[in-house]
Amino acid sequence: MKVLGIETSCDETGVAIYDTTQGLLGHTLHSQVDLHAAYGGVVPELASRDHIRLLPALVRQTLESARCSLAELDAVAYTAGPGLAGALLVGAGYAESLGLALRVPALPIHHLEGHLLSPLLSRDPPEFPFVALLVSGGHTQLMEVTGVGAYRLLGETLDDAAGEAFDKTAKLMGLGYPGGPQLAALAAAGRVGRFALPRPMMRAAGLDFSFSGLKTAVLNVVSAPGWDAADAADLAADFQEAVVDVLCAKAMRALELCGLSRLVVAGGVGANLRLRVRLDASARRKGRQVYYPEPELCTDNGAMIAFAGALRFAAGERPHAAPAVRVRPRWPLAELQRP
Amino acid sequence: MKILAIETSCEHATVALLCDERVVERALDGHSTHSERLLKTISELIVDNDQPLGELDAIAFGAGPGAFTGLRLACAVAQGLATGAGIGVVPVSSLAALSAMSGHEYVLAATDARMGEVYSAAFRVLDGFPVLIAGPDCQVPEQMQLPPGTQWYLAGSAFGAHPSLLRRLSASSIGHDAIAVPQASSIARLAVRMIEDGGLLPPEQAAPLYVRNKVALTTAERLARGGKA
Ligand SMILES: Nc1ncnc2c1ncn2[C@@H]1O[C@H](COP(=O)(O)OP(=O)(O)O)[C@@H](O)[C@H]1O
Repeated sequence: MKVLGIETSCDETGVAIYDTTQGLLGHTLHSQVDLHAAYGGVVPELASRDHIRLLPALVRQTLESARCSLAELDAVAYTAGPGLAGALLVGAGYAESLGLALRVPALPIHHLEGHLLSPLLSRDPPEFPFVALLVSGGHTQLMEVTGVGAYRLLGETLDDAAGEAFDKTAKLMGLGYPGGPQLAALAAAGRVGRFALPRPMMRAAGLDFSFSGLKTAVLNVVSAPGWDAADAADLAADFQEAVVDVLCAKAMRALELCGLSRLVVAGGVGANLRLRVRLDASARRKGRQVYYPEPELCTDNGAMIAFAGALRFAAGERPHAAPAVRVRPRWPLAELQRP
Repeated sequence: MKILAIETSCEHATVALLCDERVVERALDGHSTHSERLLKTISELIVDNDQPLGELDAIAFGAGPGAFTGLRLACAVAQGLATGAGIGVVPVSSLAALSAMSGHEYVLAATDARMGEVYSAAFRVLDGFPVLIAGPDCQVPEQMQLPPGTQWYLAGSAFGAHPSLLRRLSASSIGHDAIAVPQASSIARLAVRMIEDGGLLPPEQAAPLYVRNKVALTTAERLARGGKA
């Protein structure tokens, strides 16, 4: 079965084709990072304009590179939420209409389900059940995953997401946009231990997170009279270490509470090298294993949407009876059901 | 010629099916959003008229100007349907559709652009087909001028939203209709002529006509205005 996947929830336009027997046949991605850079953040209206400008061409290119014709498609999967309403509408409007014209089902997919299933696309995929740590610009969540559509929320951030904390801290330290990767790069050149930053909620019971206090702590350091910009790398290293400490501690505690040994990490912050090193080390000590998506599938992409759609379609899921363009900008992952 | 047309640029949305001389039009329920009703209405229209999508010549859509989300809905649906059916797309100016509907020769079509502004364009309608004379523009109503020359007919929601605009321009106009909205049947008829003139596009070249193009300030512009980064 061949499923076309379309992702337009934020600032990447992604298209892919997944075949349930042959795997990923092709995927294309257009990032809008350069478009939004001059504005210091994603401008929703410009994001929507760029999605509709490029989506049909990306679909054609993906079909060509996968040597697949439209007539071979069995379903069209698209991100229906969560995300920017206008951006989601472009993908949903296109995908539902394409499905209608091809007379194949159009399947609305949850963006975070795409992310948390994406490590299953890697060469060494984890088996169910596992704990998923979702760390992106918009989300920080721990989920217990017992199968496709069987997600139990264990804990989440009460304020900023981890990626958001990276981005906001980078901004107040005067780094460019997008800040997360730049802050991480600066941290790699710094030394940990000069600045005593808090580990918010690390010792608190439960698996919730809070990152906004950490950002404030950095602001206090850089606005203090004695602040020397030459210490920026060390401050970045301490900030990163604090985030990683908290994520690591809570992820390990989640595994313990669920009695599970596999941890899946998904979302943009999963690209952070220090986080990977620390998670791997903690896991190894306790005989546990950590799984990551292939590097190219860490950011938003169409492959994870095609894949989640294919899993659901193969399991018998069919779309709403009457075709409609329906998006859910806010959509709790735990509301999903098994196909 | 067989064309499916979509017009969702304002609150009143319609779809239409043109088969040679015959045009059937349906309005979307006003009660829910266009995105919820559009595909259902299209499905019913093509089923009730026994017109498979694959046998159409084109999907036409009201490209705007108008509400951005509505323009993109029409465009994305047109792109998706056309890609699946293996046919082309025709973006038609919603202001041109409005002028063609008026039945007058010289028409200034203007719609409410919100934020205190109006979209406008002036057309000469020859043989039912509007030829652009001025615009399209997005501006404050105070800036809007009638093109020189002849007696103009005023059409569109801008004249209802801005009574002072209507008062100022009506002296040199021959009448007005402030309630008219662009309709899919008009989009379909104009698309026939545009296709004859080589205006059929592959889906990837179909785009909304926003007219309002400055939608955000860059960091540098915000700083220059004394704002924050
Ligand atoms: N190496 C890194 N270290 C820390 N954060 C990173 C790194 N790379 C990317 N990020 C962060 O990941 C986020 C983007 O991830 P993504 O999954 O695309 O999130 P979203 O879709 O929620 O914006 C941004 O906040 C970015 O700063």
